[in-house]
Amino acid sequence: MEVSRHWRLQEQRYKLVGETCDSCGVKLFPPRDVCLECKAPAYALYTFTGLGELYSFTTIYDAPAGFEHSAPYTVALVKLEEGPIVTAQLTDMDESELSIGMPLEMVTRKLRTDGDEGMIVYGYKFRPIFSQQVAN
Amino acid sequence: MSEYKPQDGLMKPDRAVGIVGYGAYVPRYRLPASEVSKMWTNGTGGTPIVEKAVNGLDEDVITMSIEAARNAMLRAQINPQEIRAVWVGSESHPYAVKPSSTIVAEAIGAVPNTMAGDWEFACKAGTEAMQAAIGFVGSGMARYAFSIGMDTAQGRPGDALEYTAAAGGAAVLLGPGAESVAIINGSYSFVTDTPDFWRRAHAEYPSHGDRFTGEPAYFKHVSGAAEMLMESIGTKSGDYDWAVFHQPNAKFPERVAAQLGFSKEQIKPGLLSPRIGNTYSGSTMIGLTAILDIAKPGDRILMVSYGSGAGSDAFDIEVTDKLPEVQNLATTTEAYISRRTEINYATYTRYRDKLKLS
Repeated sequence: MEVSRHWRLQEQRYKLVGETCDSCGVKLFPPRDVCLECKAPAYALYTFTGLGELYSFTTIYDAPAGFEHSAPYTVALVKLEEGPIVTAQLTDMDESELSIGMPLEMVTRKLRTDGDEGMIVYGYKFRPIFSQQVAN
Repeated sequence: MSEYKPQDGLMKPDRAVGIVGYGAYVPRYRLPASEVSKMWTNGTGGTPIVEKAVNGLDEDVITMSIEAARNAMLRAQINPQEIRAVWVGSESHPYAVKPSSTIVAEAIGAVPNTMAGDWEFACKAGTEAMQAAIGFVGSGMARYAFSIGMDTAQGRPGDALEYTAAAGGAAVLLGPGAESVAIINGSYSFVTDTPDFWRRAHAEYPSHGDRFTGEPAYFKHVSGAAEMLMESIGTKSGDYDWAVFHQPNAKFPERVAAQLGFSKEQIKPGLLSPRIGNTYSGSTMIGLTAILDIAKPGDRILMVSYGSGAGSDAFDIEVTDKLPEVQNLATTTEAYISRRTEINYATYTRYRDKLKLS
């Protein structure tokens, strides 16, 4: 496992830190440094609210290396309320309760572990909205 | 050498310190005690609690601490860059070497100008960190300091502890008294070398002294800390609206409360073990968060933790006018407890990594 690569991605994985375009205001996730809309430089950091909705989802039964212990699990396209669509695992849910467009919120969870002795990788997943402050 | 009186052991900072934010976390899965009993005793005999909280496959002390800390931050409404310590007390840190606290600090935006450290003292690592945080803030070294008590407790299959060893906990952000939702009037620590429960390095499950865990361990230390705190401050059980004691099961806290003169009503809101089990380092602190969720300005709370090995930390806490403003700014402890998905023993063995896959 590439320790340095995971370390570089911490900001976006732990806190959904992306970028915003100074020129047209579009929010970018993951950060790309160039606005996808107007092609202007976009270096200003922006922390996403973590709120979004379920755009699409599928269930993984035949998991790639590093994720075998989690299978079966649900992977979704989540449309963040600021616009970008991110790919993430869903957690704290039963698949039967999922419906396209349902509101979701970001949580920080274990993504994978590198065997018994390697590092543990943490990052964002999404769950059906539960937090009281959001429900209120 | 000057004469020493036990009352001198009262720990009270020079400057007023209190809780400026608090948050709980309980994972959604519940293992009914009847499932454990069915597996190991053919369903005969009593069970010490109704059910316990179990963490999911993607949860550990770090992820749970992050959510509890985020809840505390929602209530505190402060800039995370003003936090000078993030301390996580647990006996189930995911790494043997590498702090849980740096990951939590990173996730809540407190890095890099902060201390971070992991604490260990069986079930009282969290309250020990609370006392240190009180000193940290009280001395003026820090404006805010986080103390977190969180565990994914281990219970050997078939052991008495398997009924109760649970997952969950709470985060408490200490800060200046003037900003606090609850003031810490003082605390008292009471420790001795008592080998009632331990886990050796590299051992997967703890060992314990069965009935030895009662009188010379839990009851002696919880009573000792509570009595000395109340004597030092000049209070009696009737002066407190609420009390919360460490909860290894339902019976111990009920008994020690009665011994100390507290009624069932006083301990009711903080007595969570029947519904979520013993969350070890989280146990007393999450009981406190449940009380803070329903307390009113002026309410006085006695909190007494217990950690095997052994010791207790007792706190006298007084709610301020600010508490009602923050109670609903984050998910309540009761909401976490009510969110429950029952699992059977087979699912539990998978979630708690008890299946040998290779």
